[in-house]
Amino acid sequence: MAELIIISTLNGVLYGMLLFLMASGLTLIFSMMGVLNFAHASFYMLGAFLGFQISQWAGFIPAIILAPLIAGGLGALVERYGLRTVHKHGHVAELLFTFGLAFIIEEVIQMIWGKLAMDYRVPSFLDFSAFTIYATNYPAYKAFMLVFSIAIFIGLIFLLTRTRAGLIIQASLTHPNMVGMLGHNVPRVFMLVFGLGTSLAAIAGAIAGAAFVTQSNMAALLGPILFVVVVVGGLGSLWGAFVASLLIGLLQTFAIASDWSLSKFFGSYLSPTRGTILFDIWTVTIAQIGPILPYLLLVLVLIFRPTGLFGTRDT
Amino acid sequence: MSSAVKSYGVWILAAILLLILPYIFPAGASITTMCLIGIMVIFALSYNMLLGQTGMLSFGHAVYYGLAAFVTSHMINWAAKSGVPLPLPLIPVFGAAAGLFFGIVFGSVSTKRGGTAFAMISLGLAELVYSSSLILRSFFGGEEGISADRTKLIRLFGYNFGPQIQVYYLIAFWTLLCVILMYAITRTPLGRMCNAVRENPERVEFVGYNPQFVRFIAFSLAGLFAGVAGSLAAINIELAQASFVGAAQSGAVLLAAYIGGVAFFVGPVLGAILVTLLSIKLSDFSEIWVLYFGIFFITIILFAPYGLSGLLMMHAQFWRGPFGSKITRLGKLFGAYVVALIPALVMIFGAILLIEMIHHVAQKGAEGANMHFLRRNYLTVNTHTVLPWVGGVIAMIGGFFAFRFTWPTVANAWHNALVDAQRSGK
Amino acid sequence: MKWQMPKKLLGLAAVGLVAGAGYLALPQKTEAQGAPIRIAYVDPLSGPMAGIGDTGLKNFQFILEEINAKGGANGRRLEIVPYDNKLNAQETIVQVQKAIDDGIRIITQGNGTSFAIAISEFVTKYNERNPGKEVVYLNYAAVDPILTNDKCSYWHFRWDANTEQKMAAITTFMKDRKNVKKVYLINQDYAFGHGVRDLAAKMVKEKRPDIEIVGNEVHPLAKVTDFAPYIAKIKASGADAVITGNWGSDFALLVKAAADAGLQIDWYTFYAGGTGGPTAMKQANLPNRIFAVGEGFANIPHKEAADFEKALRAKYGVSLFYPRGVNQMRMLAAAISQTKSDDPKAIAKALDGMKFQVFHGGEGYMRADDHQFMQPLYMASFGPIKADQPFDEEKTGWGWTIAGKIDLKDTLVQTSCKMNKPS
Repeated sequence: MAELIIISTLNGVLYGMLLFLMASGLTLIFSMMGVLNFAHASFYMLGAFLGFQISQWAGFIPAIILAPLIAGGLGALVERYGLRTVHKHGHVAELLFTFGLAFIIEEVIQMIWGKLAMDYRVPSFLDFSAFTIYATNYPAYKAFMLVFSIAIFIGLIFLLTRTRAGLIIQASLTHPNMVGMLGHNVPRVFMLVFGLGTSLAAIAGAIAGAAFVTQSNMAALLGPILFVVVVVGGLGSLWGAFVASLLIGLLQTFAIASDWSLSKFFGSYLSPTRGTILFDIWTVTIAQIGPILPYLLLVLVLIFRPTGLFGTRDT
Repeated sequence: MSSAVKSYGVWILAAILLLILPYIFPAGASITTMCLIGIMVIFALSYNMLLGQTGMLSFGHAVYYGLAAFVTSHMINWAAKSGVPLPLPLIPVFGAAAGLFFGIVFGSVSTKRGGTAFAMISLGLAELVYSSSLILRSFFGGEEGISADRTKLIRLFGYNFGPQIQVYYLIAFWTLLCVILMYAITRTPLGRMCNAVRENPERVEFVGYNPQFVRFIAFSLAGLFAGVAGSLAAINIELAQASFVGAAQSGAVLLAAYIGGVAFFVGPVLGAILVTLLSIKLSDFSEIWVLYFGIFFITIILFAPYGLSGLLMMHAQFWRGPFGSKITRLGKLFGAYVVALIPALVMIFGAILLIEMIHHVAQKGAEGANMHFLRRNYLTVNTHTVLPWVGGVIAMIGGFFAFRFTWPTVANAWHNALVDAQRSGK
Repeated sequence: MKWQMPKKLLGLAAVGLVAGAGYLALPQKTEAQGAPIRIAYVDPLSGPMAGIGDTGLKNFQFILEEINAKGGANGRRLEIVPYDNKLNAQETIVQVQKAIDDGIRIITQGNGTSFAIAISEFVTKYNERNPGKEVVYLNYAAVDPILTNDKCSYWHFRWDANTEQKMAAITTFMKDRKNVKKVYLINQDYAFGHGVRDLAAKMVKEKRPDIEIVGNEVHPLAKVTDFAPYIAKIKASGADAVITGNWGSDFALLVKAAADAGLQIDWYTFYAGGTGGPTAMKQANLPNRIFAVGEGFANIPHKEAADFEKALRAKYGVSLFYPRGVNQMRMLAAAISQTKSDDPKAIAKALDGMKFQVFHGGEGYMRADDHQFMQPLYMASFGPIKADQPFDEEKTGWGWTIAGKIDLKDTLVQTSCKMNKPS
């Protein structure tokens, strides 16, 4: 039992931090600009493909530096020539713009790299087993992802609260006119925020792509889980996103580790007939519903605490 | 008499059009396509009760559509098995009831708030329902879904609804009925309250209404009509499947409503027609049709934020004065459009040629140098020669500059028409 | 109204139009005589599963090219026409309808049992309601036994071994694998995954009663990013082998997570060879510990098949994923040549019970009771290729080695099909 708990906790933290790495850019854009970026997962995928391509030419380290730079630049262009134009038509238009953009990015990636999986590998200097617990190996690359996520988190907190740029960004959100009058270029601040957000997505892609599967369907497979992280954590709160990522990671991992179902507890009192809805509910295990628990969490949080766990504003 | 013609004339015209359409497009696939369009029209209009009229952005409208489709399939199977004399044309009533029921259930938890909170709850609910569709197998039938044979029900006037054309008329009837009902709702005080909630929920509260309740009613009614659409979909393909409640279905209706334009009642109708046609036909021409669809969609958002109906309605202001002058005025304007359209088409042609050639070289190199442009066998392009590339670039860039050259013409024509219309309005 | 457009502009537009349109070369000459017999390929060509649909299309294009080069069917060319079903049931039916409207009366599809059932039921109803315009459905990959059991149809023919046959093959192979003592079942939470799970539990018990099933897991389809928790459970169970029907990224991520955790056990799979699978297996570095079942693999020593594989790879850059597709199309051509007709009614009659030499050698037949093709199956393991093996997969340097052949008699499973055959 202790073994399962320790291993599940470890797996949960690793998965949670991966979620945070993927969602950090989204939460930045969502909380700073109010834009629900449906193309976020597409930039994540773009980062993975760019990372793969650059690592083929120049190695892994240049890949994780250059891929986010290129993707971030593209993101800034998207903001400048696309989002800014539709901004005046409201958030729905912005959101739908990113929706359409997701289609385009996916198709362009398929045009360049095709539809099959890329052979994007963990670099050899990180391809060893970092430590072993209960005979289960933990690869160094996972530890690297964990450390990297935490570094990103600390870096973002520092950037937003301790630097001049961060203060301007925060002020641009709440008092755009005032910031503009103080002589700052507010549209450019938004452009930079969007570029930064997309480059965070791309860096997550460039790192996670090597650990998982780099294929043109990886954005679609990710689904809306990242929105759950952002909303559950609370708008405008990096801490919230951080905690929500951990929470969701642990929730899913522990759910998977358990085989409980209603029939296991009450099976001796009642046994519904096969082929009825009650039977389906009776026999489903927590492990089976593990991956949908985050969505349940999302609905419950929004009903009972619309600001999210750490949010200060209403969603 | 004349006022009656004016207010009912458009519906009578629509009814006649629906009656004769199968004679104009008699091919099997056309009938099938028109059936899908009819279903999508209801679905998109029901969606617009939320987005356009009440200002609620939903990512999970397919939930009500899909659940009603499953109820319909079960209903048909049950009626066929038990021999209850229930004719097929009445089945959508149960779909409507199912849509309303689930609309009330989910609406009661999700309409407490508007804005992004509502959007996110709808997203979460949609994921939950979709995921449970694979768990609650006895109701959803797992991934195979629940199939039903619509011909097994009691016959009505000798029709067994096997042939698609009979189903077409069934769908046409329900489409017209639902469109009229939904239009009527927009004219009621409830419809007006919905608009008010969209514009300013605080003020609605000040004048003594509860915006939460208005949202709830609108949501439940939207569920009802989505239910009719889902029910017709299940009748149409004799199957209800998990994908009916899925995100793609919810996304499709959002796209249809937005492309058509959510600000006008007729918008989602146009959007439903166009999106259905594009999604069925585009894939005949190119493997990368999704790219073109995405570009088209983004173009609409960037340049026509009020959708197709918005573009059309911009011309309503020219529809003044005597009939003859209306026609000449619009005629002149459309003349200018045609002038702009020709280089625009050249530009689009060049762009598509280049995209297709890049795609061919990058992904279809194995098939050799020759590419069937837009899958037409008579349009074979040799991608290994320079000329088509040069031609594509010239057409695209040349077309673009020529297109820009025509803008003053269009602006001028627009201005003239405006001046002319104002003069005749006086 | 004053025309503001200068003349040179018209000239420019005209130049653009001419330049764009003018260089479309003339259509090529085609090699065969008469109108081609067209076959509609209704599978996902866009969206998350597009890669699989695309590879299948390339396979079929090449298979038909080979048949046409040898004279086609009854002297006519066969041609495959792609229809994108967008992985959606409604769209599948619309596309089939469209194909029928285009005058195509032979449908082939393979990805997704749910769509296969939708097509089979649609085609059956359509043929009932439109006598004289029958359509036939050739299924190359949808493996749910239900299609040749409770929901069987005279108009549906399946060339892939169904789940039950494949599981029979896997368990027959396991008889001789004495190192396997504890088996863990992990599958996707949907009809196919459940089928694999239930059949595995049943057949392992029958053929190797000494094996203990130490775990039985289903996980949501295509929703899991990190399989580490599942691997932790497998590890905790002490299993020495896993049976899984996982495909696509669910398979790739599963073995990669296993390798990350240092789980060294045997894997008995259905779809390890699917797109992305070989890349993941190479990365997981589990040489010859992952087995897959299938009707043929690239490195089977068979001259004609090897030449075919080589030519396909040279031309389209993909492996032959569907040796059964070769059987299917060759049998279709044979049926057309035999009956000298492209009428689906005649074709179906000829296919019903047809005997045929399969692609990798040996005889197979289309069982008349349920229209399930019966064929010998193979188990192959994946690892670094040896000097005498010509083919690797996905440029990994690893390839398939045959570990065992399961004779046709061991794959004969019973059917509950009661087929309505037209007189």
